[in-house]
Amino acid sequence: MTTHQIDKQTIYSYLEEINDPEVPVLSIIDLGIVRDVKMNGEEIEIIITPTYTGCPAMDMITATIKIQLATLGFKKIKITQALSPAWTTEWMSEEGKRKLKEYGIAPPNPKQQVCDQKLFAAAEAVQCPHCNSYHTHRISEFGSTACKALFQCLDCKEPFDYFKCH
Amino acid sequence: MKESLIQYTLHLADNSLILGQRNSEWCGYGPVLEQDIAITNISLDLIGQARNFYQYAATLINNQSAAKVSPPAGGGDLEGASEDSLAYLRKEREFKNCLLVEQPNGDWAQTILRQFFFSQYQYLLLEELLGSRDKQLAAIAEKSLKEVTYHLRWSSEWVIRLGDGTEESHNRMLKAIDELWRYTGELFEAASYELRASGEGFGVDVSKLKESWQKKVSDIFSEASLIPPSGGWGAFMQTGGKEGRHTEHLGFILTELQYMQRAYPGAEW
Repeated sequence: MTTHQIDKQTIYSYLEEINDPEVPVLSIIDLGIVRDVKMNGEEIEIIITPTYTGCPAMDMITATIKIQLATLGFKKIKITQALSPAWTTEWMSEEGKRKLKEYGIAPPNPKQQVCDQKLFAAAEAVQCPHCNSYHTHRISEFGSTACKALFQCLDCKEPFDYFKCH
Repeated sequence: MKESLIQYTLHLADNSLILGQRNSEWCGYGPVLEQDIAITNISLDLIGQARNFYQYAATLINNQSAAKVSPPAGGGDLEGASEDSLAYLRKEREFKNCLLVEQPNGDWAQTILRQFFFSQYQYLLLEELLGSRDKQLAAIAEKSLKEVTYHLRWSSEWVIRLGDGTEESHNRMLKAIDELWRYTGELFEAASYELRASGEGFGVDVSKLKESWQKKVSDIFSEASLIPPSGGWGAFMQTGGKEGRHTEHLGFILTELQYMQRAYPGAEW
C-alpha cells in the first residue's frame, strides 16, 4: 500500500511537468484533466478527461504523457479517456488560475455565475488580467480555442481571453 | 441488441459529423471575424462529438467481429473498424444522418436557422440520453450537453437578432424557414433502429421530444417576430435520411470529406 502510494505520487509529480500545448503555462494537473493514476502491476494507467470533446490538444497531451513516461523508463503505459463525470473548470487548481492570470488570460469565475440557457444575459463580471478592472465587456462567447471567450477591458482598452466557465 | 446499438450510435455520429462539416465550410468566410470563430468552434464541438460516437461504434463493431458475428448491414467494409474508417469509407446510403444537417449553408440566416433547429433538438435528445442504459452513450451525452447548451443559446440569440432585425434580415429568415421547415419533421419520426434503441432502453424515443421542441421554437419565433410557414406543424415533411435515403447534397459533402482517403487509401500524416 505504502509503496503504491509513493509510486502514484511520483507519477503525479512527473505529470506536473507536462503542459497544455495551447495554454503552455498550465500543467495538465493544474487544468484538472488527470482524473486518476492506477498502478496495475507493471502497467501504469492514467485516466484523463477532455476539456471539450473536439479539443485537438488531447491527442497531443496523450502522446506527450506516453513519451515523457517512456523516457523515464516506464515501459507499460495505458491512457484511458473518461467522459463522465464531465470536466468542469471547478477542477482547475487555484495555482492554475493564478498562473493563467499572470499569463494574460482571465481565469474562470466560479461556475454558478453563467452556465445557463438565459438569452442575451449580461456578461458576467470578469476581471481584466492586465489592469484588474472589472469594467470589461464580452466581445464574443467563442474565442481562439474552445475553452476561451473574447473580452475587452473598457479601462485599459486591451482585449483579452477569458477561460470560460464550463 | 448489439446490432441496433451500432446503428443507433452511427446515426448520432453521422448527425454531428455532417453538420460539423457543413459549418466548417464557413471557415474564413464568416460575416465578421467573431462569428466566423463562433461557427467554426461549434463545428469543432460537433466533430468532437462525432469522434466519440464513432470510436464507440468501432469498438462495438470490432467486438462483434471478434465474436464471429456477421457485420451489420449498411456498415460498409468494416473489417477492423476505426473512427476514421467509419467517417471516411462508408458510402452515401450507409450514412444515417437526418436530412436537415446536410442542407446547404445558404446565407447566414439559413445556417443560423439550421443550427437552431438542430441544437434545440439535440439539447432535448441529450438530456434524455443521460438516462441511457448504455453507460458510454450516457457519458458522451453528459459531455456534449454542456457544449450544446452554448450552441443553443448562441443560435437562439441569432434567430431573434435576425428575425427582429432589419427588413432585409427578417426576410432572409423567412426564406430560410421556407427552405428548412420540411426537414424538421424527420427529427421526430423514429427510424427502425431508433425504435429498437428506445424499446431496449439505451436510446431516446424521439417522438416524445416533438412537443417540447415545437414549444421552444414557437417561443423563440414569437420573440423574433417570425411565424412558421403555411401549413405550420402539419406541413408536408421530407424524410428518409435516417434510413440512408438522402437529398442530393450528401454525395457532394462526402466527395469532399472523403476525397483524401479515396484518392490515397490509408494515407496518414
